[in-house]
Amino acid sequence: MQELTENNVLQPAIPSSWDEATKPHKFCPGCGHGIILKCLGEAIDELGIKDKMVFGCDIGCSLLAWDFFDVDSVQTHHGRTTPVITGMKRANTDIIGVAYMGDGGGYAIGSQHLFNAAVRGEKITIILCNNCNYGMTGGQMAPTTLPGMKTETTPYGRDVEQTGHPTKGPEMVAAVAPEGAYIARGTISNPRQLKGFIKKALQNQMEGNGISFVECLSSCPTNWRTNAKQTWEFVEKDMAEYFKVGELRTSQAKEG
Amino acid sequence: MAEVSLKGEQRVFMTGNEVCAWAAVAAKADIMYGYPITPQNEIMHYWTRLAPKHGKRFLQTEDEISAGFTTLGGVMSGRKAFTATAGPGNVLMQESAGMAEMMRIPIVYIIQQRGGPSTATVIYAQQETTLTTFGGNGEGHRIVYSTANHQELFDYTIKAFDAAWTYRFPTFVLGDGYQAKMREPLTLYDPDERGLELVKPQAMLGDTEKPERESKHLRNTYNTEDELYEVVMKNQHDWDKMAKEVVEWDAKGCEDADIILLTHGIVSRAALTAYNQLRAQGKKVGYFRPITVRPFPGEQLKDACKGAKKLFVAESAYGQLMKLVQHEIFGSTIEIVPMLRPGVGITTEEIIEEYNKL
Repeated sequence: MQELTENNVLQPAIPSSWDEATKPHKFCPGCGHGIILKCLGEAIDELGIKDKMVFGCDIGCSLLAWDFFDVDSVQTHHGRTTPVITGMKRANTDIIGVAYMGDGGGYAIGSQHLFNAAVRGEKITIILCNNCNYGMTGGQMAPTTLPGMKTETTPYGRDVEQTGHPTKGPEMVAAVAPEGAYIARGTISNPRQLKGFIKKALQNQMEGNGISFVECLSSCPTNWRTNAKQTWEFVEKDMAEYFKVGELRTSQAKEG
Repeated sequence: MAEVSLKGEQRVFMTGNEVCAWAAVAAKADIMYGYPITPQNEIMHYWTRLAPKHGKRFLQTEDEISAGFTTLGGVMSGRKAFTATAGPGNVLMQESAGMAEMMRIPIVYIIQQRGGPSTATVIYAQQETTLTTFGGNGEGHRIVYSTANHQELFDYTIKAFDAAWTYRFPTFVLGDGYQAKMREPLTLYDPDERGLELVKPQAMLGDTEKPERESKHLRNTYNTEDELYEVVMKNQHDWDKMAKEVVEWDAKGCEDADIILLTHGIVSRAALTAYNQLRAQGKKVGYFRPITVRPFPGEQLKDACKGAKKLFVAESAYGQLMKLVQHEIFGSTIEIVPMLRPGVGITTEEIIEEYNKL
């Protein structure tokens, strides 16, 4: 972890499950993906599961994580990471499978896979980055775009009469998942808590209890066109007001 | 279902779908992922009955997109995994087939063609020939075996697993609803007992038996045109090399034939009977059938056509086989006579009737 070098300079703590050769990472300045993946990396380290991990990433900005970790990784198609990891886990139950995706991958093009994986209680961990828009394609409306929020396809603000209300993913998953599910919503504005959620989500899979799902509220200053202060305010206040942070389901087995 | 086993060679009488399930067991497939669609449903029905008895698994998915991608996941885990579908399901599965082509994932698909386009009929057609050979946004880097009878369904399903795992291209068994639903006699066997050595699967990712392994990073997206070009051209090179080794066809009487009957799949049974009857009448007729419709036996067909005047192409689609043929024999001046019956079966009598008009 953190080490003092000869010159007494504090080195950034890089999880050992990260692949240092691919750092610095490819995400935009101010993007929240790096914080989520740092939480995931630390959780993998602390649980000592690097050799069992298969990390799958979706299309969209999440695909930039394809070589992020020093663990077996596969980049799939848009929305199809959930079935790929499901298929792997079904074929080899010793794997710890993580499906990493954005809100478009999880709640739009791959929503049928998320919903049905939840219904079946697939013993995989799904981590979803919610940044209220499609980042990679240039900032279009996503299922999670807040009411009134301006995007490239809602230039006058999201009209809920026309486009509906933002998807509440963890609430949906919690409504359909059988016993043994672990479901939470964390935020990059509280990485300590977020890491705890992700760690529990991995533990829940290791114990074979059921599906584990963590949505992470994240930032996209590039497409939001916000400065640092505005970005943080949007994540901490606007997003957290609509998307309530916390644990929705914890494993019954663990609570005893 | 019939009480049969793979111990010793056994003569059985069963439907094509049941044959496919037995063939997957004989090929030592580990897991099937699937979604219901007619006329392939009974492959799943028989597999789900057989699987627990043989320590094998099944997952019913939410759609064919998921069936395709979960199967890819199973294959990447190092298991012999397969799926089966038809018609609109085949359309949806082409997305996963594209990923398999790009990432060289040895997935096996069994296709029991139904009528098209759209929902059409649940019965029969050969209208998924173009889709199965060239579906997806790629170059058709795949292997497609077009079977004609139940023995072939058994033999080529086993072969499909071997070809996929040997050459690492997605491999299709292209049957149809008639083959799927009809009962026929055939011989079941254990490939081991026949001395056929099956290719062993290997994990691409998540090989938990080797905790000290180096981590692997697999992707299907590239940053530049040049990077992509390198990958596609390497796959093309491998595919070309593979094509010579896997291409299969059947030809009879083409050496002195004036007219050659060209068909694939179950229509070639009608053509073969027509060929035998016409030959018995002393007619100078030939018979040619591609067994692999991808790669296509183009050179072999050109050779077969050398002395002939007419190529009589009969298929249960409106020119999907003919299009493949025209491409493959480009430059030949042989006259092509089409008999195109989209979604309709073709009998020996109908072929002879058309032949007699020539």
